[in-house]
Amino acid sequence: MTLADGPSWNPIIDLQQMWSFPFMVNAFRAGTIVAVLAGVMGHFMVLRRQSFAGHTLSLIGFPGAAGAVLIGVAASYGYFAFCLAGALVIAAMPRAGPGGYSAESAVIATVQSFALACGFLFVALYKGFLNGVNALLFGNFLGISTGQVIVLGVVAAVSLAVLGVIGRPLAFASIDPDVATARNVPVRALSGAFLVLLGAATAEASQITGTLLVFALLVMPAATAQTLTARPARALALTAAIGLVVTWLGLSVAYYTPFPVGFFVTSFAFAGYVAAQAVRHTRPRWRAVSTAGSPSPTGIAR
Amino acid sequence: MTWPPFLLNALLAGTAIAVAAGLVGYFVVLRAQVFTGDALSHVAFTGALAALALGVDERLGLFAATIGVGIALGALGERGRADDVVVGSVFAWILGLGVFFLTLYTTNNSAGNGNAGINVLFGSIFGLNRSEAVTATIVAAVIAAVVVTIARPLLFASIDGAVAAARGVPVRMLGYGFLALVGAAAAEASQAVGALLLLGMLAAPAGTAQRLTTRPFSALLISAGLAVGEMWAGLALSYTVPALPPSFAILAVATGGYALALLLTRNTHRVRRGWRTERSAKRA
Repeated sequence: MTLADGPSWNPIIDLQQMWSFPFMVNAFRAGTIVAVLAGVMGHFMVLRRQSFAGHTLSLIGFPGAAGAVLIGVAASYGYFAFCLAGALVIAAMPRAGPGGYSAESAVIATVQSFALACGFLFVALYKGFLNGVNALLFGNFLGISTGQVIVLGVVAAVSLAVLGVIGRPLAFASIDPDVATARNVPVRALSGAFLVLLGAATAEASQITGTLLVFALLVMPAATAQTLTARPARALALTAAIGLVVTWLGLSVAYYTPFPVGFFVTSFAFAGYVAAQAVRHTRPRWRAVSTAGSPSPTGIAR
Repeated sequence: MTWPPFLLNALLAGTAIAVAAGLVGYFVVLRAQVFTGDALSHVAFTGALAALALGVDERLGLFAATIGVGIALGALGERGRADDVVVGSVFAWILGLGVFFLTLYTTNNSAGNGNAGINVLFGSIFGLNRSEAVTATIVAAVIAAVVVTIARPLLFASIDGAVAAARGVPVRMLGYGFLALVGAAAAEASQAVGALLLLGMLAAPAGTAQRLTTRPFSALLISAGLAVGEMWAGLALSYTVPALPPSFAILAVATGGYALALLLTRNTHRVRRGWRTERSAKRA
């Protein structure tokens, strides 16, 4: 994707040059929306220790998209149908508690593998579609139309609005489900609603990032932010900021090199995570001070 | 009937891989480390593609990556068990690396290698040649032998780590050793069903076995037996219906078995409960 000789290292000129291409503008717009959406969803996913469910939801989109192509409808429908159905299935399963989901996790794992196997079957049945598989799995950041950006924006706005309404009780239910139940918070309904939102967000985001890479934007910015602070509002803002920075950096660097966006985005996000871990381990007192204001919620800052 | 050599190779390697995956998978489910197996499925992809991109044997990359990352994930967590957010962050990045190697490999080998990534992700057990099948069988036999040897202390450490440690069982070492075994089993299984689907090979027979019995050693045997049976059924299905890829057929049979077990055991519980209430009603 080398369209320029190289960066001039003047950020304004470089941005102007990149944004003279409509596809780069759309990539930045879509990247911004996806980063914020995935970051906010990821914040709650990490808070609720549902990484495995989130990862499974993000992978379930693949057979959906492949199946949709096979029967000749738009891939978007497939993404949404499968991710939402997957969210409902996972929500219907009982949760044994944080980390202690031995038998249930075997079910999730089997569902995930079978879904991927179905995706592979659809690809195999639809001969000649093999080259599109890589786009489904690893994303297509540089081929986004303006229409897709608009749909993405609408889905993100709706998801974030719903999350804004249920955010406070959801955080309560995530941090201490027993006390929340005692206070008449509908913990189970919130959990289901969150999984459906997560499914919708991953369905939309994975059309841009690919089903294999959407998980990176869900987990890493949120994990980094929650390593640095235990205050929910600050962590949420930090998550969105980290997501934006790594996505923009990834897009910019990928523009000047022949390597894919996904590699740079995940690498920058991981570098941030490692740096945050290093900060936390080398400065334990700093962490103690920064979390002193709020009692450390279970499992966030161990 | 003469069997074509590719089918014999697939049966040979598939049987051994299924035994190893079934045995290791039982402990993966028991120790609630399924997410680690999930992570290793992505690591396997990156390892294989890194090896392809660098021009060395694919299997070398597979084993080095899965065993190395398996042990590293153990080191990141407490007592050889990694935290799920750490696991998620690490494998998300490793997958990004895999995309990098995929690009590197496909740009360097422009002619006809567009499917390399697909093969690594979804496997091609019918493509194994005799020497590959023999190697896979030997490695799988070693994995199975090690699991059987350490099964008793590992079971103790998995069920009650604190008591096991107090009794002098090296819980931490077993945790690391086990993650190395999971890595090796993941690398083996990805040769059969591919990197993305190996999780099903680890989880489905083990989950089914746990559903069928609560006795650990019977469950271990049932898990391995089921894995082998599902492997054979899947290979036979794929061989008779060429439209079905072997990886899909194996996973479909394994998923069907699990679904059946879930339904049947739920029914027997219901039957038993119904029987009990009936009896107590009679007594009253």
